[in-house]
Amino acid sequence: MTSTPAALCGLLALSLVSLAVGVGTLSADAEGLWLVAISRAPRTAAALLTGAGLAVAGVIMQMLARNRFVEPATAGTGQAAGLGLVAITLLAPAAALWLKMAGATAAALIGTAGFLALVRRLPPEAPLLVPLTGIVYGGILGAATTFLAFERDLMQYIDIWMNGEFSGVMLGRYEFLWISGALTALAFAYARRFTIAGMGEEASTGLGLDYRRIMALGLAIVSIVTAVTVVTVGLVPFVGLVVPNIVSRMRGDNLAATLPLVALSGAGLVLACDILGRVLRYPFEVPVGTILGVLGAAVFLWLLHARPARG
Amino acid sequence: MIETQSLCVSLGGAQVVHDIDLTVERGRLTALVGPNGAGKSTLLAALGRLVPPAAGAIRVDGTEIGRIPSPDLARRLAILRQNAVIAPRLSVADLVGFGRYPHSGGRLTAQDHDIVRDCLADLDLTDLAGRYLDTVSGGQRQRALIAMTLAQTPDALLLDEPLNNLDLSHVRRVMAVARARAETGAAVAVVLHDLTVAARHADHIVALKSGRVFASGPPEEVVTPEILSALYDTPLEVHDIAGKRVVLTV
Repeated sequence: MTSTPAALCGLLALSLVSLAVGVGTLSADAEGLWLVAISRAPRTAAALLTGAGLAVAGVIMQMLARNRFVEPATAGTGQAAGLGLVAITLLAPAAALWLKMAGATAAALIGTAGFLALVRRLPPEAPLLVPLTGIVYGGILGAATTFLAFERDLMQYIDIWMNGEFSGVMLGRYEFLWISGALTALAFAYARRFTIAGMGEEASTGLGLDYRRIMALGLAIVSIVTAVTVVTVGLVPFVGLVVPNIVSRMRGDNLAATLPLVALSGAGLVLACDILGRVLRYPFEVPVGTILGVLGAAVFLWLLHARPARG
Repeated sequence: MIETQSLCVSLGGAQVVHDIDLTVERGRLTALVGPNGAGKSTLLAALGRLVPPAAGAIRVDGTEIGRIPSPDLARRLAILRQNAVIAPRLSVADLVGFGRYPHSGGRLTAQDHDIVRDCLADLDLTDLAGRYLDTVSGGQRQRALIAMTLAQTPDALLLDEPLNNLDLSHVRRVMAVARARAETGAAVAVVLHDLTVAARHADHIVALKSGRVFASGPPEEVVTPEILSALYDTPLEVHDIAGKRVVLTV
């Protein structure tokens, strides 16, 4: 377990860099402090919470679907949350943020349950069918969202949710992400049970675990974390895929031992990509979703080739 | 220990086990034999509460199996399914450690660690303890799964074709471990394909054909050319070699 303290140190260093990097100049007076308190610190916290939450949601999703290649963004969870958000916005344009969050969460729950029901019927000897199905399924949900938005002239609006970025994060506008943080912490308490669920329904029953209950809990954690992220900062792809797969290669899938590393690595990855986005085209910003899209696609291809057809 | 009464089990709408009365007794190794599709695995799964009965009853120590709380049952009964697939990437020792989950809730005590170590040693896995399951052979993975089932320290041990993929020395080792569990008071039921192995190691043999009990009794009564030839619809010979029964296909 030497890599967990190392990851923690790396994360602290990244956080300090994140506090220092940006267009505004940091000064050692009240104004500098104000900048940190209002913008830099919330932005750093948002990136850390998003990364940890999505990485943990990804690994839970992989246990529930019994497939390494799924994550909330490739299983329709994120797209369903977006659809729910657009639906609420159309039905009640003046709805409070928490109501939108609730709508997105409900849609994410239904969408993810639908995905899991869909992939249950797929043959286990063809593991790649699962993410393919998820991508098509998410594409259909996304198309429905786009259609609704196009009809009602909301295209720009949905773009904010479908491509995650942290430049809009300020004090008072990211705090829902702490819900995601709390659920990530809750997942630690159930780490062993999620691993057992990953062994399948019969093995779970054999060990006396209530399989349906742990599935429902996992589904709730994945859906809420994803919905909160989509509503607050937008869809951030590939974190839930890349991080758990790399940790699994290094340390296996015994979540009781590996979940801290998954959470820390996810937080570090998203924060690093956000810092990169701030400096690449300084003083302009590249959204973190774009950077992760490019990086994640490359790592995904590598994963497919490096471990052929093993669920 | 486990007792069935007029048990019927259906799979996907078709009834595959009909009207079975049998007892898996403590202190005895019961072998389930029979041709492919006879319903052995389904019967075993029903005994291990993985498939609900369509009709009839299954009782564990006199209590209806569905009435026993699942965590409670997991401490008393363990089942290994045929072709069990473990998707998470676990080390052999971690997998066997999960067998202690019903007892310890996952946080292994010193006693749990001792049991895991003994089960690993029983299945000749000590040297492989740290290896990941996706880096060991099919037979080694099968032994790890058996060790995990044993680590549950059940009163009723149900094994579905545990000898799949195993070489000769490990076939002997697994049967010896199963026997040892029976001799220390557990009720052991094993689905077996090799009739010579069944004749050698079982105290009691239940032969199934088309979902019904075709014959049952001690090996001397069941392992005869007449019964086995009728059971498998093919001529089989039974010879006594060095005082042991050997079944030959000709």
